[in-house]
Amino acid sequence: MHTPVKRVLVNEPVCMGCHLCEVYCQLQHSRSTDLIKAFKKESPRQLPRLRIEARNPVFFSLRCQHCTESHCIYACLTGALSRNTDTGAVIIDEEKCTGCWTCIITCPYGSIRPDTLRHKSVKCDLCQGAETPACVLHCPNEALVYEDTGDREGKVSRVEAPVLK
Amino acid sequence: MTEARHNHYLIIGNSAGGIGAAEAIRECDKTSPITIVSDEPYPAYSRPLISEYLATKCPLERMLYRPPDFYEKSGIRLLSGRTAVRIDIKDQTAELEDGAEINWDKLLLATGGSPIVPPIDGRKSTGVFTFTTLADARAIDKFIKKGMRAVVIGGGLIGVSVTEALERRGLKVTIVEMKDRILNTILDETASAIAAETLEKNGVKIITNHTVTEINSEFTTDRIHAVTLDDSRGISCEVVIIAIGVRPRTEIASEAGIRVNRGIVVNRTMMTSHPGIYACGDVVEAYDFIHGENRVTPIWPNAYLGGRVAGFNMAGRPTVYAGGTALNSIKYFGMAITSAGVFAPVDSTGEVVTTKNGEVYRKLILKNGRLSGFIFCGDIERSGIIYGLMRDQVNVAGYKQTLIADEFSYISLPEPVWRERLASTFKPQPVEAETVKVEALR
Ligand SMILES: Cc1cc2nc3c(=O)[nH]c(=O)nc-3n(C[C@H](O)[C@H](O)[C@H](O)COP(=O)(O)OP(=O)(O)OC[C@H]3O[C@@H](n4cnc5c(N)ncnc54)[C@H](O)[C@@H]3O)c2cc1C
Repeated sequence: MHTPVKRVLVNEPVCMGCHLCEVYCQLQHSRSTDLIKAFKKESPRQLPRLRIEARNPVFFSLRCQHCTESHCIYACLTGALSRNTDTGAVIIDEEKCTGCWTCIITCPYGSIRPDTLRHKSVKCDLCQGAETPACVLHCPNEALVYEDTGDREGKVSRVEAPVLK
Repeated sequence: MTEARHNHYLIIGNSAGGIGAAEAIRECDKTSPITIVSDEPYPAYSRPLISEYLATKCPLERMLYRPPDFYEKSGIRLLSGRTAVRIDIKDQTAELEDGAEINWDKLLLATGGSPIVPPIDGRKSTGVFTFTTLADARAIDKFIKKGMRAVVIGGGLIGVSVTEALERRGLKVTIVEMKDRILNTILDETASAIAAETLEKNGVKIITNHTVTEINSEFTTDRIHAVTLDDSRGISCEVVIIAIGVRPRTEIASEAGIRVNRGIVVNRTMMTSHPGIYACGDVVEAYDFIHGENRVTPIWPNAYLGGRVAGFNMAGRPTVYAGGTALNSIKYFGMAITSAGVFAPVDSTGEVVTTKNGEVYRKLILKNGRLSGFIFCGDIERSGIIYGLMRDQVNVAGYKQTLIADEFSYISLPEPVWRERLASTFKPQPVEAETVKVEALR
C-alpha cells in the first residue's frame, strides 16, 4: 500500500566502524551544518540518528528501517510521527513531539533515540528526501548503500503485521 | 428521521481507535462514505496531552492528533458534538441524541471509557473534577489559582499526570492512594518507589493505604475546603480531582444485545458478537498476547492498532489482531520509566532478573525463557529492542542477563539472533561458490 521506500542498507563485511556516518548524520541535522560549529559550539548538540554496533571485527550502523507496518506511528500519542507519502520515510514532527518516549518502546530496532535535552524523539529521516542521505554519501568504503528495497520487511516487524496471509 | 445519505461506514468515537480504523479503511477503500460521530466538539485530539494543556495552556492546534484538513482530505464526514444514544442492529441505524438517524453497513464502536466516580459525599461540589477530556482540563484551568491546595484521589496514570500538571501550575498536591503504592497496576514496588520519590522531591505529598470518604464544602458557597480520609483525618484543599480509573463505555453496545463482559468482547478480527459490528480501544476486551486471553488494556497504542485491524476487516481486507498488552512510557518531572506486560511473575514458573544502580533499574520477567514483562527506569533507550523480543516471544533464556546490562545493544545478542532480527538492514551478500557446491552435494 505504501510507496516503496528506498532504504539505507549496510554492506556489513566492508564496514570498518569508522563512525563517519555518525559524524555526518549529526552534521546534517545540526543547525549550522558547519562541521566546527556543529560539534564545538551548538548546544544542545544534535544526536546522530543512527548507532554504531561494534564487536570487533563486526561493525555496522543501525538506523530506522521505515517499516511498512510502523508501530511507532501507531503508538505515537500526539500524531507527531507520520509517513511522508513522497519519500515513504517515517518522520517526526518536532513541533508536535512532546518526548513521551512511547515510540521508543515500540521500535524493535531500538532506532528512535530520546533527546533528553530537547525533549524530542529523534530518528533517521532519510535526510528529508535528499538524493543520497549524508551517511551513505560520506561512507568512505561503500559500506552503506541507498537502494530501493520495495516492501522488503524486516523479520522483526513480521509478527504484528496484521495482514492474514 | 433516517437521513437519505447512504453511509457505508459509521464510526462512533473520534479518538485513537476511531482514527486508526478510518485511516486503515482509506488505505483499502478510497471512496465509500465514512461518518464519524463524536460527542466531543472538536477534531480528534491527543487525550494524553490534556495534562500538557493544563500545565502549559498550549493552544488547541498543538493538541490536534491529525492535521486540520485531515477529515476533508480523507473524505470523512465528522459529526462532532453529537452523541449516539442507540443503535438498532436490525435496521442498521444509529440514533443520535438530537433525533437524527444514521444508517450503516459496517459499524465501529470506539467509544472509549468514562471516569469512575465513586459515591463519595460531596462529589458534586464546586471544585471537584475528573480528568479524562479536554473539557475537564479546561474547567480545571479556569478554576485553579497558584498556591491552591489540591487532593488527587487515585495514584494511577491519570492521577499522577494531573498531579504533575497541577504542580507545574504552582498548586500543592496531595495524592491519596487506596493501595500501598502509586502506579500499582503498571509498576512493581521498586519502580513505584522510584516514581514516588521523584514526585515527593518535587513537592507532591503521597498518602497510601487510605481513601477519601467525604468531600467537605462550605454550606453557602458549595466550594470545597477539605476532604476527610477513612481514618477521620482531614486535609484542607480547594480542588479535588477524582482519578480512580475509567470504565469502558459499553452502554449502547449492551443495550443493543452485543456481548459485553468487562468491555465489549471482540474476536481476533476485532468483530463483536454481531457480524458487521466492530469495536476497539478502551471500550473493548481484546486479545492480550502475554496473558493469552482477552483483557481491557486501556492505552493509546492498543486503541489505534485495534482500530487499524478493525478498519481493514470492515473494508474487506482480512486481518488478524496479533494482540496487545499493557505498554507504558511515563515521564514525570523528567524521570523516564517504561514497562510492558506483567511487572511480576504470575505463577511459580516465572523468573525474574533485575539490576539496580541508583535510579537506573531494569527488570525482566520471564516464563519458559520468554519475556512476559519488563520495567526500565532511568535509562529507557534500549527498551524497544526488549519489547521486540517480547512481542516476538523469542527464547532469551541463554542471554537474559545481557539484556539488562549497562552496555546492552543489538550486537550484545548472540550473532544468529541479531543477524535474523536485523536481516532487513543488511545488503544481501552473494552466496559464495563454495557454499553453493557444498549445498549441491547434500
Ligand atoms: C490524562 C490521561 C493520560 C493518558 N496518558 C496515556 C499515556 O501516556 N499513554 C497511553 O498509552 N495512554 C494514555 N492514556 C489513555 C489513552 O488516552 C486512551 O487509551 C485512548 O484515548 C483510548 O482511545 P479510544 O479511541 O479507545 O477512546 P477515547 O480516547 O476515550 O475516545 C472515545 C471517544 O468517543 C466518544 N464517545 C463515546 N461514546 C459516544 C457516543 N455514544 N456518541 C458519540 N461519541 C461518543 C467520547 O466522547 C470520546 O471522544 C491517557 C488518558 C488520560 C485521560
